[in-house]
Amino acid sequence: MSSQDIPEENLPAQQGHAHGAVDVADEKNPFADPGLPPHEHRIQDIDEEAAKRSERTVALLFTVSMLATIGFIVSYVAVPHDRSIYVFPIGHVSALNFALGVTLGLALFCIGAGAVHWARTLMSDVEVADERHPIEASPELRAKVHEDFRQGAKESALGRRKLIRNTMLGALTLVPLSGVMLLRDLGPLPGTSLRHTMWSKGKLLVNMNTNEPLRPEDVAVGSLTFAKPEGLEEHDEDFQKEIAKAALMIVRLQPENIKDKRELEWSHEGIVAYSKICTHVGCPISLYEQQTHHVLCPCHQSTFDLSDGARVIFGPAGHALPQLRIGVNDEGYLEALGDFEEPVGPAFWERG
Amino acid sequence: MKKLSARRRHPLAALVVLLLALACTGGLYAAFAPAEKAQADDTAQSLAIDEGKKLYTVGCASCHGTGGQGGSDGPSLVGVGAAAVDFQVSTGRMPAATSQGAQVPKKKNIYTRAQIDQLAAYIASLGAGPAVPTKEQYGPEGADIAKGGELFRTNCAQCHNFTGKGGALTKGKFAPSLTDVEPKHIYEAMQTGPQNMPSFPDTTLSEQNKKDIIAYLNAVNGDETENPGGLELGGLGPVSEGLFGWIFGLGTLIAVAVWVAARTAKAKKS
Repeated sequence: MSSQDIPEENLPAQQGHAHGAVDVADEKNPFADPGLPPHEHRIQDIDEEAAKRSERTVALLFTVSMLATIGFIVSYVAVPHDRSIYVFPIGHVSALNFALGVTLGLALFCIGAGAVHWARTLMSDVEVADERHPIEASPELRAKVHEDFRQGAKESALGRRKLIRNTMLGALTLVPLSGVMLLRDLGPLPGTSLRHTMWSKGKLLVNMNTNEPLRPEDVAVGSLTFAKPEGLEEHDEDFQKEIAKAALMIVRLQPENIKDKRELEWSHEGIVAYSKICTHVGCPISLYEQQTHHVLCPCHQSTFDLSDGARVIFGPAGHALPQLRIGVNDEGYLEALGDFEEPVGPAFWERG
Repeated sequence: MKKLSARRRHPLAALVVLLLALACTGGLYAAFAPAEKAQADDTAQSLAIDEGKKLYTVGCASCHGTGGQGGSDGPSLVGVGAAAVDFQVSTGRMPAATSQGAQVPKKKNIYTRAQIDQLAAYIASLGAGPAVPTKEQYGPEGADIAKGGELFRTNCAQCHNFTGKGGALTKGKFAPSLTDVEPKHIYEAMQTGPQNMPSFPDTTLSEQNKKDIIAYLNAVNGDETENPGGLELGGLGPVSEGLFGWIFGLGTLIAVAVWVAARTAKAKKS
């Protein structure tokens, strides 16, 4: 229904001017206060039929919400949790998840939509002007508060009884120290543990996949293998702590492709072992491209050149990846010839 | 001897010689028949190699050299094995349209099964390399899916994402999605390390390990995989999905709120 259909007698008298205007333009104040615009009526204010319709709409929305809540309870009980259904365009979903989501969503949406419709069409929408008042208290009230405060200070005798005042200040100063002491529970200081890993001379390089020590002939050119130090098992209590530092990435290059002299010396027939922990913030880094010999860190795109001492060629990492010096023992297994010479992983304050 | 010589003009002499000759031929045939059959197999093999060489000369030699020795546009194929050929040609990566660009993408395969086998036979004849895996090697029988998941997260997830959805590498290179890749091709890729992917030979990732990985991928990514959450938004992980929820979910709510407030409830529309 549009405003044209409303019976003439139902229309209120048109207001000729804005109401609430308090100022007129004069020399002191060239900009007159325009006041509020004239109030416009809604159909529901004028037409009782329309208001009834709105009421029914709101009630319908609330009823749908109730039914949806009952539907939620029913689907919780009735729908088996392992049934899968196809819903366009979402695809295959768990029937229970879908039913619970739809019914609860509908129940909440209908409450919201009903409330909005009620407020917009039926509740009063008459503009109300409210004057703003100063927030400062009156001078008398302020004087009284000051007087009360002075009297209180005098009666407490803090100025006179200095012993109480000083011990109180002392107690209040010391109490936060107990909180500071609890910070010690953040753990013992790392000491030198950031500088050392489990690797040491003679430790075999154990393949993470097969749990067997690696031989040089196992490692093909272009392959990628991950290794842990001999003696570290997955069920060990400190496995995560140790592997976080000792994780090793083993690749084999053609010896003539190795540009860095030290890298070549520390390798065995082109097999090089590098720390798997990015020197930026310690992400596990092993996105190895076997043709370019680049390793990319997935977190911040630091890129290292494994054919050139794992030097940083892109990204925020500050150090080359530490290399582990390896050789072959008497039985033909790959072994470490010592620990990493520099701390693995991200830099820290005392790293130097 | 004299007796024989004397009878050489006998009318039946020719018949006797003929019978002897026939018996001799039959006996020889009986004695050598298995060997000849083997020879026939060799011939089939060398025929396949010959056919493969012809196909190679037409489709591959311009980049990889006339004898598979490699050139400025393509690597040497000596020792890459039949598995590499089967992977590269069956997935349409080879022959590549150009040697330029970050990496050669997957495209439509233009060779028949027989032609691929011939090409593979030719390349395998250039130097020993991994053979095309059999169904027993990559099939689901006897695979440990949980172990496969562990192995996948250790060896593959860094590039291919935790459920094999793929990911970006440096300078336009990327690790392709493993959804809809045939188990055989996944096996071959692990074994041969195509393009910039490192290889995972049987010495460091055993046959059983590979089988487990393939079974895991089929479990999380296969045709019958159930996804109870519905819309997976590319399966890129909780951060991207959460971001999508924040931007589009909240965005929709804000848009609805703006729309509700912008519509006037007045009888006289202004």
